[in-house]
Amino acid sequence: MSILVNKDTKILVQGLTGKTGTFHTEQALAYYGTKMVGGIHPKKGGETWSSGVDGTALPIFASVAEAKERTGADATVIYVPPAGAADAIIEAIEAEVPFITCITEGIPVMDMVRVKAKLDKSKSRLLGPNCPGVLTPEECKIGIMPGSIFRKGSVGIVSRSGTLTYEAVFQTSNEGLGQTTAVGIGGDPVKGTEFIDMLEMFLADEATQSIIMIGEIGGSAEEEAAQFLIDEAKKGRKKPMAGFIAGRTAPKGRTMGHAGAVVSGGKGDAESKIAAMEAAGIKVSPSPARLGKTLVEVLKG
Amino acid sequence: MNIHEYQAKALLKGFGAPVAEGVAILKVEEAEAAAKSLPGPLYVVKSQIHAGGRGKGKFKELGPDAKGGVRLAKSIEEVVAHAKDMLGNTLVTAQTGDAGKQVNRLYIEDGADIERELYCSLLVDRSVGQVAFVVSTEGGMDIEAVAHDTPEKIHTIAIDPVTGVTADDVAKISKALELSGAAAEDAKALFPALYKAFGEKDMALLEVNPLIVMKDGHLRVLDAKMSFDGNALFRHDDVKALRDETEEDSKEIEASKWDLAYVALDGNIGCMVNGAGLAMATMDIIKLYGKEPANFCDVGGGAGKEKVAAAFKIITADPKVEGILVNIFGGIMRCDVIAEGVVAAVQEVGLKVPLVVRLEGTNVELGKKILNESGLAITAADDLDDAAKKIVAAIKA
Repeated sequence: MSILVNKDTKILVQGLTGKTGTFHTEQALAYYGTKMVGGIHPKKGGETWSSGVDGTALPIFASVAEAKERTGADATVIYVPPAGAADAIIEAIEAEVPFITCITEGIPVMDMVRVKAKLDKSKSRLLGPNCPGVLTPEECKIGIMPGSIFRKGSVGIVSRSGTLTYEAVFQTSNEGLGQTTAVGIGGDPVKGTEFIDMLEMFLADEATQSIIMIGEIGGSAEEEAAQFLIDEAKKGRKKPMAGFIAGRTAPKGRTMGHAGAVVSGGKGDAESKIAAMEAAGIKVSPSPARLGKTLVEVLKG
Repeated sequence: MNIHEYQAKALLKGFGAPVAEGVAILKVEEAEAAAKSLPGPLYVVKSQIHAGGRGKGKFKELGPDAKGGVRLAKSIEEVVAHAKDMLGNTLVTAQTGDAGKQVNRLYIEDGADIERELYCSLLVDRSVGQVAFVVSTEGGMDIEAVAHDTPEKIHTIAIDPVTGVTADDVAKISKALELSGAAAEDAKALFPALYKAFGEKDMALLEVNPLIVMKDGHLRVLDAKMSFDGNALFRHDDVKALRDETEEDSKEIEASKWDLAYVALDGNIGCMVNGAGLAMATMDIIKLYGKEPANFCDVGGGAGKEKVAAAFKIITADPKVEGILVNIFGGIMRCDVIAEGVVAAVQEVGLKVPLVVRLEGTNVELGKKILNESGLAITAADDLDDAAKKIVAAIKA
C-alpha cells in the first residue's frame, strides 16, 4: 500500500508545455509508467504534446475542467510560473480535482492566502506549493523527486524540505528499508497540506511500518504534529519514528531561503521543535546524514 | 525587503493612517529648514536604519553617556545639534550586532503628547493561512519579552480574506487595546486601512510599535516597521524604488541580482547547496563538527551554469572563507550543471582555499566525471557526513 498516489492515479499537468513541465513529465512517464493523461494550456487546447524521450503523446486541453472530464483524471500537478500559479491552483479547485500538487516556488504569500480561503471550502487536497511532490516507489511519481534513489519498502517519509526528503529517501534505501511513499509538503508559510494530514495517513497505512518526519525552523507545525502523535498514541496508534529539524544554527530574524523558515517573535526555533518531537517519541537525529541509521536504531529497539 | 520608518509612514499616510508630520534629511544643513517646516515646539530626531532598538542604541563615536538614536528636541537649535551628533556616526543597537550601522538619514518629526503606548502588528498567521492582527496594551517595548513574560497580554485576531476587516473584528481589536472615545472612533478607519495597506502592497510584516493614544484621545502611528514579500516585488515597482542598498550586505545584494537565496554569516566555511532545508542542514552539520558556516546559500532548483558560477564567486569573494563545501542533491537541479558551473567559476577566479564537493541525485555520474576531468584540486565526498568531515579537516590542517 501507499498514501496519496498509486499506480492507478491519473495525472494532469498544468504548465506542461514549459521547459520544467516538459522535463518532469518526461521523467514521470519514464518512472514505472506513471499515468500522465494530459496537459492544460488555455491557448493550445486541441494540440498534442509529445515526450522528447520516448515519443509518448499527451492531449492538451484548454481548461482543467475539460481535461478532467475527458480523461477521468483524479490528480493534477502545477509547474506554472509564480505570477500565475495561484490562479492555476484555483482553477483546479474549481474543477474539483481531488488531489492538486503545486511545485512552483516563489508564489506571493497573499496569493496563497486567497487560495487557502477557496481550498478550505472545497473537497480538494493541495500539496505544496514550493514542494518536490510525492512519490510511491515503482508506482507513481508526481513532481520533481529523482526516482532513481527510491526503493519499494516500509518507511513513510514526510518533509518540509525538498532536498532533505531526498536525503531521507536515499539513506533509507541504503539501509535496505525502502519507502511506501515520500511526501514533500513544501517550505512556504501558507500551504495546503501539513504534517498532521500526512502522519494520519501514514498511521492508517498498513504497509507503512515506520515514519521519518523532517521539519525546519519557523512556525509551529512540528509542535502541532508532535501533539497529534501524543494524542494518537493514547488511542493506541503509534509507529516507530525518526526525525530531523533543519536550521539549528540559523540566526534569529533572518529568512533562510524558504519564506517559512524564519525564527521570529520568539517562535519557531529548532530546540523547541526537537523537544516537542522527542516528547512524542520521535528519535531526532542531530545530523542530517544519520536519518537512515537513526531509524534503524529505533527499529532495533 | 525592508524599508525605513519614514518611508513606511509615508506609505501608510497614503492609506489614510494618522501619522505625524515629518521630514527626512540626509545632511546636517537640511535640519534647520526641516524643523522650521514643522509646527513645534516639540520635535523628535530619529535615526533611519534598518534595525530596531534605536532609542536604546548607542553611537560608537560618542561614548557611553551620549544620548541614543531617537532624541527629543525642544527647540530648532536642539534639533540641529542632535543632527550634527547623529548623522554619519555608527549606531549600535540590540539588533545591529557589534559592528553597528552608519546613520545616513534622519527623520525629523513633530512631537506628540503620549497618553498610552500600544502594540499593533500585522502578519500572515500560518496556522490559519490568514492575515492576522497581533495587538497588546504593552506597547513601546520589546514585544518578544512581552510574549515571553505575559503571553495573556497578546491578542491575535485573524481576518477572513473574503470579508476583510469587519466591524466585529474592529470591536475585538479595540477591546483588546482597551480603546474608548475618540480612539475607538479612529480605530474604525485605522485598522481596515492597515489591513488594506498590508494586502495591497504584499507586506510580510507591518509593525506599529508604539501605536499611541495621545492626550487629546486620538490614535497616532508613532513608529512603523515594514517588510515586504520578496516574491511579490515583481508587481510593486513603487515599493522596489524604496530599497536602500546601503543598508544591505554587498554580497547579499549581488546574490539577489542572481535570484540566489544568500545570507551572510560569521563563520569561515562557505557553503553552496541546493534547497533551503538542505542548505540549513549543511550549516548544522558543519557546526556539529565544530566549525561555523560563513553563509547560507541556496542556489535553488532550476539554476543554470551561470547562476552556479555567480554563487561560487560570491562565496569565494568573502575574505572570511577558508574552505568551501558544495553539497548538491539533484532533483530538478542536475549534477552535471552544478559541476560545469563550479569548474567555470574556478577557472575564472581561481581557487585559493580547499573545496569539497558532494554530488548526489540526477546525473550524478556525469557531474563527477566533469569534476574529475577538470584537473582542479577538488576533494570529492561520498555523502553529507563525509563532506562535512573533509571540509572541517581541510581547514584545521
